[in-house]
Amino acid sequence: MAGRSRGLSRTTVSNLVTYALVVIAFVVVQAMVSNRMLTYSLQGQLVPICAYIVMAVSLNLVVGLSGELSLGHAGFMSVGAFTGIVVAASLADAIPNPVLRLIVAMLFGGGFAAIAGFLIGIPVMRLHGDYLAIVTLAFGEIIKNLLNNLYVGIDDAGVHFSFSSAEALGMAQGGKVVINGPQGAVGITKLSTFVIGFVLVLLAVFVVLNLKGSRSGRAIMAVRDNRIAAESVGINTTKYRLMAFVLSAALAGMAGVLYGMNYSSIVPKKFDFNTSILILVFVVLGGMGSIRGSIISATVLTILPEALRAVNDYRMLLYAIVLILVMLVTNNPTLKQLWRRIKGSFRRTPKEPAVASEGGDVDA
Amino acid sequence: MGFVSNLVNGISLGAVYAIIALGYTMVYGIAKMLNFAHGDIIMVGGYLCFCSISYLGLNPFVSVLVSIVGCTVLGIVIERLAYKPLREAPSLDVLITAIGVSYLLQNTALLIWGSNPKSFPNLFKSLGNIRLFDGQLVISSTAIVTIATNIVIMLALTWFTSKTRMGKAMRACSEDKGAAQLMGINVNSTISLTFAIGSGLAAVAGVLLCSAYPTLMPTTGSMPGIKAFVAAVLGGIGSIPGAMVGGILLGVAEIFAKAYIGTQFSDAIVFALLIVVLLIKPTGILGKPISEKV
Repeated sequence: MAGRSRGLSRTTVSNLVTYALVVIAFVVVQAMVSNRMLTYSLQGQLVPICAYIVMAVSLNLVVGLSGELSLGHAGFMSVGAFTGIVVAASLADAIPNPVLRLIVAMLFGGGFAAIAGFLIGIPVMRLHGDYLAIVTLAFGEIIKNLLNNLYVGIDDAGVHFSFSSAEALGMAQGGKVVINGPQGAVGITKLSTFVIGFVLVLLAVFVVLNLKGSRSGRAIMAVRDNRIAAESVGINTTKYRLMAFVLSAALAGMAGVLYGMNYSSIVPKKFDFNTSILILVFVVLGGMGSIRGSIISATVLTILPEALRAVNDYRMLLYAIVLILVMLVTNNPTLKQLWRRIKGSFRRTPKEPAVASEGGDVDA
Repeated sequence: MGFVSNLVNGISLGAVYAIIALGYTMVYGIAKMLNFAHGDIIMVGGYLCFCSISYLGLNPFVSVLVSIVGCTVLGIVIERLAYKPLREAPSLDVLITAIGVSYLLQNTALLIWGSNPKSFPNLFKSLGNIRLFDGQLVISSTAIVTIATNIVIMLALTWFTSKTRMGKAMRACSEDKGAAQLMGINVNSTISLTFAIGSGLAAVAGVLLCSAYPTLMPTTGSMPGIKAFVAAVLGGIGSIPGAMVGGILLGVAEIFAKAYIGTQFSDAIVFALLIVVLLIKPTGILGKPISEKV
């Protein structure tokens, strides 16, 4: 991370490239939308792609930066989504401006997800490795199970909650059921737009890239690389691991609000183990610790199944095969060496020794 | 009698989880990988058995055999093609590959058998249920077969890992692969053998699971797979008796939660049990404590 003697440091340049990539992509897509160059189904994917990018960036904070495997990230997304939906519904009269209402909903969604992340993080941070992974999986399933039985209604008296049935809400005349157990949230006012999605992506990238360059970020990465060594130089390992986890949960919650408010109805089952895995796939394929990689892979892998619609019956099969092949090819020793040689021939400087990127090299 | 009947059902369900968890735990112990495709092997086992009975008209016990052989071969093929090239790869890459294999199996099954659930025949009907206390307590033949199978598998595996050469090789590999290789153990074939045994057990579990809950779909294996994984961790992953204890405990907890607390929260309770146990004993009930070297 050492700065060069003149001009901008390598990290700054790399970060600027990432921002530029996001902005250029946004401008190009906006131009395509206004010229009607996108198909209808692809246009519908724009907001989900933004939400998935934010999810991938936030999970990268845990998996790439903090080095912990989390298998329940969709849980935070659903906490955010359903909190946001309830907040937006109850503020429908108080804040008529849809953009402002969505922002408030996002703040609440992110806040609630952060609280959930904190509560889950305290026990989780006592564990390590695969045990930590399985506990996050368990929490994700618990959140899904609880939300599947949550009923929320709004009437003149305020917001009502119940864990048994919609009738048990005891609402006054004219009350509206916002979340209806397994049927999920119904009658959502769609507030999410591509522009807001883009802003959220920028925000997430900004937060994570800044964290990475900060003192706290370096502490988080030190804990990842060697916990005991980090502890011995006085880094509070639990604090920094928890910090990454909670921040990641907050971003995931905001992504959840963006995602949830893009549909007229959404079920808790949408945010299950498979969704958590989907986001993990984005992070791993994009490269651990690489924010740019997460953005690209989240975009490509969301469009890929859409692009394969022509072979509808086989698309998930092809997706699976692509996944396996990518992993096999990127880990093939012969190809790895070949790639290194190609890379080396482009470089003027004498060959650097190949660094094993076990824990994930960190670059933006 | 309700309590005893629930207990029997719980143990029976737990016995299935335990058999699946054995596959997880053995593979984890030796290859240090979370084999997420394991749950889908159960589903394949169920379908193979179903097809042998319904389409080929084979005898139920021959069908079970077909299913076991089919899944064993499938397990070996998957290991050779997808996991073996990744021995030196980062563990997350192996995990993603396993997830890819899981999707592959599910979607292949979807293409072959469609998404409509198939009704699995009761293989053990001819054995008859046991009625105790003037019919107040009925133990289904499936439950008896499941528990008996579980005990046989447990005894056989204990004998295999402690007495046979190959079993000892397996334990040696899970202890230290490098040292095992120096002692002349063929590590690759030992890992293949572990996958073969795990997949064969998954086929057995698939048949037992489908006999007890007779809806067969391409996603049938997912949830039992996750629960068995939880069971393996609960008992201490890598430990064979641990998988048994974890499986039974999880099955009993699930049935009791359904019976006394409410069906809708049973999953939350099962997963909460895991969290509580891991907080008290971070490496599971029978897991070896890991000491950290500086």
